[in-house]
Amino acid sequence: MDNILSVKDLKIDVISERGVVHAVRGVTFDLRQTEIHGFVGESGCGKTMTAKSILRLHDEEKSLSSGEILYNGMDILSLKKKELREIRGSEIAMIFQDPMQSLNPLLTIGEQITEMLRFHEKLNKKDAYIKAISLLEDVGIKPAKSRFKQYPFEFSGGMLQRIMIAIAISCDPKILIADEPTTALDVTIQAQILQLLKKLNKEKGMTIYIITHNFGVVAEICDRVSVMYAGKIVETGDVGQIFKNPCHPYTKSLLESIPKSGYHGQTLQSIPGSPPQLFEEMTGCPFAPRCSYANKLCYEKEPLAAESEKDHFYTCHYNL
Amino acid sequence: MSETLIEIKNLTKNFSVNKKILHAVDDVSLSIEKGCIFGIVGESGCGKTTLGQCIMRLLDVTKGDIVFNGKNMTHLNQRQMKEYRQYMQMVFQNPYSSFNPKMTIGQALREVCTVYKISKGDADEKIKKLLQYVGLNDDVLPRHVSELSGGQLQRLAIARALIPDPHFIMADEPTSSLDVSIQAQILNLIMDLREKLGLTMMFISHELTVVEHICDVVAVMYLGRIVEMAPTEKLFSEVLHPYSKALISAKPKDDPSQNIERIILEGDVPDAMDLPNGCRFSPRCPNYQKGVCDGKEPQLHEVSPGHFVSCHLIN
Repeated sequence: MDNILSVKDLKIDVISERGVVHAVRGVTFDLRQTEIHGFVGESGCGKTMTAKSILRLHDEEKSLSSGEILYNGMDILSLKKKELREIRGSEIAMIFQDPMQSLNPLLTIGEQITEMLRFHEKLNKKDAYIKAISLLEDVGIKPAKSRFKQYPFEFSGGMLQRIMIAIAISCDPKILIADEPTTALDVTIQAQILQLLKKLNKEKGMTIYIITHNFGVVAEICDRVSVMYAGKIVETGDVGQIFKNPCHPYTKSLLESIPKSGYHGQTLQSIPGSPPQLFEEMTGCPFAPRCSYANKLCYEKEPLAAESEKDHFYTCHYNL
Repeated sequence: MSETLIEIKNLTKNFSVNKKILHAVDDVSLSIEKGCIFGIVGESGCGKTTLGQCIMRLLDVTKGDIVFNGKNMTHLNQRQMKEYRQYMQMVFQNPYSSFNPKMTIGQALREVCTVYKISKGDADEKIKKLLQYVGLNDDVLPRHVSELSGGQLQRLAIARALIPDPHFIMADEPTSSLDVSIQAQILNLIMDLREKLGLTMMFISHELTVVEHICDVVAVMYLGRIVEMAPTEKLFSEVLHPYSKALISAKPKDDPSQNIERIILEGDVPDAMDLPNGCRFSPRCPNYQKGVCDGKEPQLHEVSPGHFVSCHLIN
């Protein structure tokens, strides 16, 4: 399968009130065409920052980035604003965690969908309306014609997320980036949204890059998954490999700390301490302070990626 | 035979919204045994948080009774409630907004000791002991909220709740805003405290995996009512109510090779102010039977020992 997006050694430093945060510290990965690739990790691991930087939605005035984000032969990080606008929405689209915050409360949802169509596809008002109605029906918003005229406050969270998806796919993007798309939703609505994303991936061959802290979501729809910790990817593999044979101690501990059926009342595996704050430069493996296997080498030298089985990589000095 | 600590009888809480009535909690009855971790699970708008707040008397009830350790507390005013508050404490969802950002943690904890008339000497010792219980050092005492992580703050919220030696803790989504590894720490802590201190707890959550892991009894709520209630293992293995079935089937997989038969419910939760006739789940129910389900509202009845369901079609 061909790669549709390649990120090479991405580094992002963010200037904050408390100093410079090394939010992304050298991330390299490829997105394969038509795959659903999950990025999983806890707060502060850099997964959202990485995703936002693909469309340069991070605060560029307060941050410094280096590396390359290659799409269609171009480096997104060096595009001019005008060229970037051409890609955003039409080639690569994004949906966020809280749909209520992503939609303009003063415009009808119809206006917001057609805006995309008129800008990118250059459709006239009538054609944009027809396409918008069809998109709303595709994502399960019915009756589409009357809902078209309604405002965001008239919809529930799950419906708003479907509308966001409709807007995002309106120009048939090649890649959809979804940042925690179901975190704010109830579990039954989450199931509907994940089913919708799977359907879109199958029917349109759209590559989906999904960020989540929930391994259940990963197990549900992802083909491949990358685990992030302290601004770097620590493990990548196909979803079966990661669940059956996690190699990095962080991935292992994370999977073991999730409550699962059949272990009622048993003490959960937990990871002592908390993730590092990323203000300082780090030597050695960033997970060493919390790793039960860490030794002197781990604190001194940063591990390189090792391959455990075909296409399954992890960064640890040891094969545990 | 365990004693009942809390008994809730026909609890109803209505809110008046724009001249209409919102039935947030509708005729809920349940009892919690001493030492039990009682789970309330349901989605947004089901009334679980409102139920929790009514039980804690943070809200006045519209109808029904709350009996704590044999004492009917339903109509006590806030001054009278003061005497009982030490026995019932609460932990909230957002640890960042559970503490006064202008006070140090030490000041916040000592303030609680003052309220419950614990002498300064005893207070310092108590705080030290509780910090140990929850796995924290004294070095958190001079810090402010902004300097601490979510996990640390939630442990402190639990420590604070333990200051007056309560019999009961109401935890409203205590781990929902925490990362997975921190959630594991807090859940282990809660289970440990139950062993050590014999605490009784009500655990409100929308996270089924957590509830299944930690609770002894679970009640599923939908639009203000309990639709099913049973000991945990029974509920998850012998689930009966169509809503509970859909909820449980919607749980994301434990691992990708699992094959789960998903019951995907159509549409969204209806408006709580505009309830259908008869069973309020009927518009979304895959087993809906005209003439039965749209007539009377079903009542919770026992179908096997300890297992209660509210559905006309299940006996």
